[in-house]
Amino acid sequence: MPDTTQVNINNKAQAQNTYDAIVIGSGISGGWAAKELCELGLKTLVLERGRNIEHIKDYPTATTPIWEFPHRTRMLEKDIKDNPVISQCYAFTEDNAHFFVKDKEHPYVQEKPFTWVRGYQVGGKSIMWGRACQRWSDFSFGGPARMGYAVDWPIRYADVEKWYGHVERFAGICGNKDGVPDIPDGDYLPPFEMNCVEQEMKRKISEKYKDRYMVHGRWAHLTKPNPIHLEQGRGQCQARDLCTRGCPYGGYFSSVSSTLPWAKKTGNLTIRPHSVVHSIIYDEKKGKASGVRIIDANTKESIDYFARIIFVNAAAMNSNLILLNSKSNRFPNGLGNDSGILGKYVAHHNYRGSVNGDYDGPEDKYYFGRNPSQPMIANYRNLGKQDTDFIGGYLTFCGAYRGGANPQGDQIGADYKEALTEPGGWRVFMYMQGEVVPREANHVRLHPDLKDPYGIPQLITSVSYTDNDEKLLKDFLDQSKEMMEAIGCTNVVQHDNKWAPGLDIHEMGGCRMGKDPKTSMLNKWNQLHHCSNVFVTDGACMTSTGNQSPSILYMTLTARAANYAVGEMKKMNL
Amino acid sequence: MNRRDALSRVALLLGGTVVGGAVFLEGCGPGADKKAADTAAATANAFDANGIAYLDEVAETIIPATTTPGAKDAKVGAFMAVMVNDCYEERDQKIFKEGMSKIEDASKKKFNKGFMAIDANQRKELLTEIDKEAKAYGASKKPDDPNHYFRLMKELTLLGYFTSEPGATKALRYVAVPGKYEGCIPYKKGDKAWAT
Repeated sequence: MPDTTQVNINNKAQAQNTYDAIVIGSGISGGWAAKELCELGLKTLVLERGRNIEHIKDYPTATTPIWEFPHRTRMLEKDIKDNPVISQCYAFTEDNAHFFVKDKEHPYVQEKPFTWVRGYQVGGKSIMWGRACQRWSDFSFGGPARMGYAVDWPIRYADVEKWYGHVERFAGICGNKDGVPDIPDGDYLPPFEMNCVEQEMKRKISEKYKDRYMVHGRWAHLTKPNPIHLEQGRGQCQARDLCTRGCPYGGYFSSVSSTLPWAKKTGNLTIRPHSVVHSIIYDEKKGKASGVRIIDANTKESIDYFARIIFVNAAAMNSNLILLNSKSNRFPNGLGNDSGILGKYVAHHNYRGSVNGDYDGPEDKYYFGRNPSQPMIANYRNLGKQDTDFIGGYLTFCGAYRGGANPQGDQIGADYKEALTEPGGWRVFMYMQGEVVPREANHVRLHPDLKDPYGIPQLITSVSYTDNDEKLLKDFLDQSKEMMEAIGCTNVVQHDNKWAPGLDIHEMGGCRMGKDPKTSMLNKWNQLHHCSNVFVTDGACMTSTGNQSPSILYMTLTARAANYAVGEMKKMNL
Repeated sequence: MNRRDALSRVALLLGGTVVGGAVFLEGCGPGADKKAADTAAATANAFDANGIAYLDEVAETIIPATTTPGAKDAKVGAFMAVMVNDCYEERDQKIFKEGMSKIEDASKKKFNKGFMAIDANQRKELLTEIDKEAKAYGASKKPDDPNHYFRLMKELTLLGYFTSEPGATKALRYVAVPGKYEGCIPYKKGDKAWAT
């Protein structure tokens, strides 16, 4: 007679560890999955590999004035030497460093230089994100089909339009309605004002270029909170511009200030921090995923959790890693990976170019407060027709500020000091967010031998720029210089920071959406073609990169997929 | 991303001459780091109480107390010591510490007295000369050439002063919680720049 004791224990453990849904990751998209699924009545487990973060309580530097930092926010030489990867990130500073993963915590192999910026904590990188939120247009969704790269997106703007609104209204996105084709207007709170020189820039650019539109920044800030935001416990942005430290006012959107506490109020949410996901468990009999295997980061114990549906929101590269590591008899090359496409067609945004110059602006004008957003110029390249020798386009962030004083007399002493205490002349800047065309050679894969501290294979990154990226960069630099000179800037300087891919922190793809299971991983609902109860709705799902800031699209696709998934569960299709 | 955040507003404030930003980080970043065995002995006590008092006077000469507090009030000497110890690579640590002796030598040569013994006008005269020398050196300096010690001292003085409480709140204007952003307001000559 078989010994049934073990089975009974397992059944009990299994019942205790069973939820309706599991969400892997608590960052910007995982938070949305949790909110939607919990609101729709599903008992939802969110697995987060890092520590817990509670809104306000766990923002240790949120209100610290600069003089209280011993190094005035500079990092120590020792920390920089110990962390050659993360120390390249602009926000890895004395006031923010506690939100970033140190190099030794999660090693990976750079077959080609790739700067992987990560934030392992409840809220993920949504705590330190850049917060720009433009909608995609059909120029972007239709780009691959029109210009013949990657594969066609299985969706168009009409498929996501109402979900953009759903997300924007809840998250609180400020912006102006400008009627610009490549960045459709959203459901916005009032924008931050442009300063006087930015207003001049806007006017002059529109006079000189009929197809170029400089508009107010569209940013995830509560400029004028609605009742739905106050109900989240969030308040108006105070224009401190210390966002990456966490905002004690809840002035910008993050998972920890917004979606996760909202999900918690339903009583349906369980968050399990310190849960490093090893793999998704595939049930060969049912032909579906049955759950998720984690390693407890503290005890190193392996634990299985079970659910009817699984949302993968671990951030693009880690979602690829998890799927690649989810091997079974049915899927020896990674979950749902019959096509062999998993991990391939990784792409990112090209942030290499910037242009700066002087502007003879009004000396009798200044500004009050610190604008956490920036104006931007919508993409004006290759919209609907090919008008350059490269594929894709770029969005330009831009703005003006009064720079440092440039004392002309004494360079030491009282007069010098007094001169330095006044603002200097106006400076104008532009920098790019360029589309990078996904290609098969740009990929990630598992290292056959090297493991991370949890025994999980290390990721190999093999991503590089192409000639197309160099051409697009050159065009941005030349066009921006021309525009700045056309509006009256002098001493215009072009700069290529030569960043490696990844430092843009807009890594995408590897598990792309598409119509054909032979050439894509996910269908139009972000559902694995070959494992229907697994949804991937973070940056990994991106078929192409567009030129717009990506997070708001991840949130939108997540909300849309979660509502679809619950509908399918009710119809007993999942 | 909000890339402008990469430049500290203090760096922006100080504009062309500049502390902070890329220039400072360059000095702070990982790079060729040649061990100098003789450094330790020569400069072991550079940052003791006397050394910090010395740096305070150098900083005070660059940014003196006027109607607003000076560098000494902002404890810039101690700040420089912390930054050199923690944020400089070895080569720049050595240059900075040896620079303290170079100021002393230059003072003795010019005034037959050490830097602590000369008066404020003499100090200003001396450091103005050294500043010109540093600027001339900087103009022809190749990226891998060593930094000039006075450039480092001046950078740290400005950074330390304008990010200190007295510097940010009294010499400049500081509002911890603006509450709102107004894009276009009047400015009249003499109004202070924003500290952050």
